[in-house]
Amino acid sequence: MDFELSDDEAALADGIRSLCAGRFPLDRLRAAEGGDGLVDLEGWSELAEAGVFSLQLPEASGGIGLGMAASAVVFEELGRALIPGPLLASHLAAYLLAGPTDGPTDGPTDGRVEGVPDGLVDGVAEGKVVVGAVRRPPTSGTGAFVPALVESWSSLGVLVVVDDEGMAVVDPAELDAVRIARPLDPLTALWRVDRLPEGRRIAGAAAAHRWRRDQAVLGGALLVGLAAGTLEMAVAYAKQREQFGKPIGSFQSVKHMCADMLVAAETARAAVHAAAVTIDQPGVGDADRAAAGAGLLASEAAIKNGRTCIQVHGGMGFTWDVPAHLYLMRARVLSEAIGPVAGLAELVAELF
Amino acid sequence: MDLRYSETEESFRLELRKWLVEVVPTLGPKASSLDWPARRVYDTTWQRMLFDAGYAGIDWPVEGGGRAASPVEQLIYLEELERAHAPYVGVNFVGLLHAGPTIVVEGTPEQRARFLPPILRGDEVWCQGFSEPGAGSDLASLRTKAVRDGDEYVVTGQKIWTSHAEVADYCELLVRTGDEGSRHRGITWLAMPMDQPGIDFRPLKTIAGSTEFGELFLDGVRVPVANRMGEENDGWRVTMVTLSFERGTAFVSEVLQSMEFLRDLRTTAERTGAWADGDVRRRLGHLAAELDALWALARRNVSQAARTGVPGVGGSVYKLGLSEIRQRIGEFGMDLIGGAGLSWDDLQGGDGRGSIGNTELVNTWVHGFSRTIAAGTSQIQRNIIAERILGLPKG
Repeated sequence: MDFELSDDEAALADGIRSLCAGRFPLDRLRAAEGGDGLVDLEGWSELAEAGVFSLQLPEASGGIGLGMAASAVVFEELGRALIPGPLLASHLAAYLLAGPTDGPTDGPTDGRVEGVPDGLVDGVAEGKVVVGAVRRPPTSGTGAFVPALVESWSSLGVLVVVDDEGMAVVDPAELDAVRIARPLDPLTALWRVDRLPEGRRIAGAAAAHRWRRDQAVLGGALLVGLAAGTLEMAVAYAKQREQFGKPIGSFQSVKHMCADMLVAAETARAAVHAAAVTIDQPGVGDADRAAAGAGLLASEAAIKNGRTCIQVHGGMGFTWDVPAHLYLMRARVLSEAIGPVAGLAELVAELF
Repeated sequence: MDLRYSETEESFRLELRKWLVEVVPTLGPKASSLDWPARRVYDTTWQRMLFDAGYAGIDWPVEGGGRAASPVEQLIYLEELERAHAPYVGVNFVGLLHAGPTIVVEGTPEQRARFLPPILRGDEVWCQGFSEPGAGSDLASLRTKAVRDGDEYVVTGQKIWTSHAEVADYCELLVRTGDEGSRHRGITWLAMPMDQPGIDFRPLKTIAGSTEFGELFLDGVRVPVANRMGEENDGWRVTMVTLSFERGTAFVSEVLQSMEFLRDLRTTAERTGAWADGDVRRRLGHLAAELDALWALARRNVSQAARTGVPGVGGSVYKLGLSEIRQRIGEFGMDLIGGAGLSWDDLQGGDGRGSIGNTELVNTWVHGFSRTIAAGTSQIQRNIIAERILGLPKG
């Protein structure tokens, strides 16, 4: 038992962190505000070259053949760097749609993936095809009608629609998509789709279940990256900003806010890592429960830390220029992608 | 990252589990929490059983009579004891986890031979005299004075929060031997025999109505110089050495206990029908997710200690998280039982089949308030995190 990052995992994190810092600094991302919501296709290919989409695709299928733990480490860095676009869906599609049994863990029995468009898996892994995903909004019930919000629609090659029964693929070109003029996260472009077609069914409930489970873990990793990013921002500001003749970080009220941010981020990180390892190493625990709990805590940590980061920055935190709000809004986007959070809590309770 | 245990670790676990299955059922009923002499007998009997089986002080170095178990083995040890519902370390806490480890490192060969074997065998019980009415979080301001008189120190002052002093043989005592303003530089560590004249112990009644600790009044108590650990005025460093024994396993049992308690709360909620309420289920799910995360954090801290030999800074993160979640679990239990929570008397609500009665729920809730105070308040933990981990400037 050694629950610290292995040397390989630490090197992987370092590699992605320097790639992001070198190629996708925040000013480049912000310059693309109002665009299609990707780092741009060239940047997307660079991420693909770094293995972001092929990490869990088996080597036999042209991938890197690593597991969830490696992906969690990579996704935390992508989250910290605020890399936009449907990273999660594209990453999951590359290994979950490749086939039922050649993944790093055994596939679900009714998870046969048939009817996946030719070349999709290769295209995704190479960064040539961008895959998006959306939860099918409820069609019945008493709630008000909610359109599906599709991220980066104009760049998508394939849209995966996930519901309780399974997964379907939809050709984005067939959708009547209307751009949202002001998305909550300025870096996440959204389109509203009022009528989501059935699409072509590709997998059953077990595959959809696995998709949602892995998405909770890797979405959790992105959220941990956000929680850590806002912690770093807040601490740096608290050390440098002076009031009453000293750094505000010397005041206990500010210190304790920062300490609570660290507790939230570290606890969520441990949960995300444990969930990832539990998926890779069946037998060490209940992967479903660990995944749901990890998503839940990571979501809360990212939102809470985003909020606290704004508070530590005072008035400046409420300005558009200081990027604290970008982390907070992204946290909302990801929390919605892996959520609803109430459902995750309910799932943990059921499995506890 | 690897959460699988090695073959050696698994065989250690199985050997221990086999022994626990045999011996735990042979233990008599637990002593009443109010009867300290009976608690001493119960706890020291268990300690003697651990000693005879080779499990006493497994974390101690070999030269101190221990097994020098690895941090992961220590984790397994605590996990298995909890799983088997074995007795808690109880009155042996200070000896095994505080005074003993200090003597292992700082004691002379004579001191080790005198003090260590009785601790491991459960023959001698220790208590702690660190905090004072005026020296809580700011321990270095302590004022209990020791004056040298030949081969003895003469100690006068007052200590507080001392647990099981009424049944202790020795007290690990911090005294002021330096000038009034000498703070860390003027403190000395003494092993004070509890049978000396001049010692008066007065229990304090807690908000739970129990007597778990009290005040120790010292008036001219004589302690042999031979009982001094380390040099005069070097007691602060001597005390800190104990901390170097910590391998990320402090409070590990508590997270496992809390999981079991929460499972029992779930059973209670199912029996009372409260489980049909989505808010109740989600609240429990949230607490469960947090406990799972703390258990992951505990394994991370232990892994870090195994690699570097010192526990990471994660200890404060874990302690802070655990203390606060225990309070919230207590709150959740009280909310579940409504009016029954107004009575300490057992209303016979529990059925002994996993559901919990009102007395235990009230007790857990009330005791929760001590968690964020004892062993470093949550505010002190936040200062430690902010200053030592995040590098924020001291105020």
